[in-house]
Amino acid sequence: MEAASEMKTETITLNMGPQHPSTHGVLRVILEMEGEVITKATPVMGYLHRGVEKIAEHKTYHQFITLTDRLDYTSPFINNLAYILTVEKLLDLKVPLRAQYIRVMLSEITRIQSHLIWLGTHALDIGAMSPLLYTFREREETLDMFEMVGGARMNQSYFRIGGLAGDLPEGFVEKVKAFCEVLPSRIDGYETLLTENKIWLERTEGVGVISAEEGVELGLSGPCLRGCGVKWDLRKANPYSSYDHFDFEIPTGEKGDSYDRYLVRMEEMRQSNRIIRQVLDKLPSGEINACNPKVVPPLKENVQNNVESLIIHFHLMTEGFQVPKGEAYCSVESSKGELGFYVVSDGSNKPYRIKIRTPSFVNMESLSTMTEGRMMADMVTVIGSIDICLGELDR
Amino acid sequence: MSNIESLVEKIKEKFPQAIEEVVHFRDEYTIRVKKEHLLEVFRFLRKEPEYGFNFLSDLCGVDYMGREPRFEVVYHLYSMEHKHRLRMKVSLSESDLTVPSVVSVWKTANWHERECYDLLGIKFSNHPDLRRILTPDGFKDHPLRKDFPLKGRQTMGED
Repeated sequence: MEAASEMKTETITLNMGPQHPSTHGVLRVILEMEGEVITKATPVMGYLHRGVEKIAEHKTYHQFITLTDRLDYTSPFINNLAYILTVEKLLDLKVPLRAQYIRVMLSEITRIQSHLIWLGTHALDIGAMSPLLYTFREREETLDMFEMVGGARMNQSYFRIGGLAGDLPEGFVEKVKAFCEVLPSRIDGYETLLTENKIWLERTEGVGVISAEEGVELGLSGPCLRGCGVKWDLRKANPYSSYDHFDFEIPTGEKGDSYDRYLVRMEEMRQSNRIIRQVLDKLPSGEINACNPKVVPPLKENVQNNVESLIIHFHLMTEGFQVPKGEAYCSVESSKGELGFYVVSDGSNKPYRIKIRTPSFVNMESLSTMTEGRMMADMVTVIGSIDICLGELDR
Repeated sequence: MSNIESLVEKIKEKFPQAIEEVVHFRDEYTIRVKKEHLLEVFRFLRKEPEYGFNFLSDLCGVDYMGREPRFEVVYHLYSMEHKHRLRMKVSLSESDLTVPSVVSVWKTANWHERECYDLLGIKFSNHPDLRRILTPDGFKDHPLRKDFPLKGRQTMGED
């Protein structure tokens, strides 16, 4: 009895990261622990801060597109789109329907890819290794498609201000069609591994709960917010790039835990697949670039055969184009939430200021609310289920 | 979006002393508000069901070096119910870089304001935890200011 009264409990401070396999990059979280229970979690960011917003002020509008790919490298096309829509808004540029549809299609393939990476790595964090092997099989197919349009497996920068870098290559539509055919059964396959798996349920159900009110208050968006039951998706709420031409549902959860976020993302992949199929059915023919020679570079064959085109091309590639003085904010529904670009133009060929509202950064703010009072092992689940990408968190 | 036009008119009538200017560009409304009335206007915009700005999309600072007042803090408000957006601005001169924190209105402003402080050196009064967020703790500069060179200055502290 005497020994027991002398025993003390002490809070210990534990450092998780920045080099930790389940922080999905270089995130550091300082944990105050009461035994196995987290009493306070303080995220420390900035290990991947490259000053993208500062660099932007020294690049022409076209040159900056390549840097947007590198924000959330799991969904490059959506990043391109958010930036490009903002500049197009400033220029008051109308993009042909074919280009808009292709943008929608590639954004949705990107969303599927991003969710596949999320599912594989999130399951791996929790201890289920097999989903990763399957999801990366499908991810390989999406990467092949990206390689077809952009020439590279990652960071393609295929979308351009005013349209696209080029039309879809031969055989692309067939490839996407084949992918759309098999994807639903593949998603069913992942679900047999996890959805009713006892261990998966134990590790995710009731873990990382956040209420809808608190989520909105903390700026949560994307699948994380829909997991708490808020039916808000920018593709439906404020449609951009012709999203209003397609039918799709917005899946929502009820409890706002990690399991609901998992279910929402699984359904989102099916809905994205549905959108891609509609795009393929309705894909109009015609131009892929806006008719504005001051912004859109001339065709490659003209550049090689015609001296005026060569001069215009050289001028656009070196000096860029002037954007009217003003400012605009455009946001899109990225795979992780609201991705917004605020661009201020002073009338020159370089942006005066770019602010990127990245979903990873803002969603991360909810981490403390979701984990405090929970066990240490739940931290890994919650970081995974928020789905962060440090590239866009730190910018 | 025409609805937001009438709402902006109503704000002008409701707060004649607080509003400095209203700009309409590319279908977006920007209202510049005086610093003293900032919180009052924001609380109104958040609470009044007609406006319903329950979501702060973004908050950032802009450095207009060579202009007076030099700095601006920009707020992007969004209403999930009405699906409309509004941009609010407040101007700050270099001699007084303090602006009231809006964390009491939208909790999400916490990290946005920390970032704004970190990169531009704008201070937010009554902020619960105003620390640097992206640059290291010992960093002394505010890199998004226009007079900060692109390649940096290597002004790390000893920590």
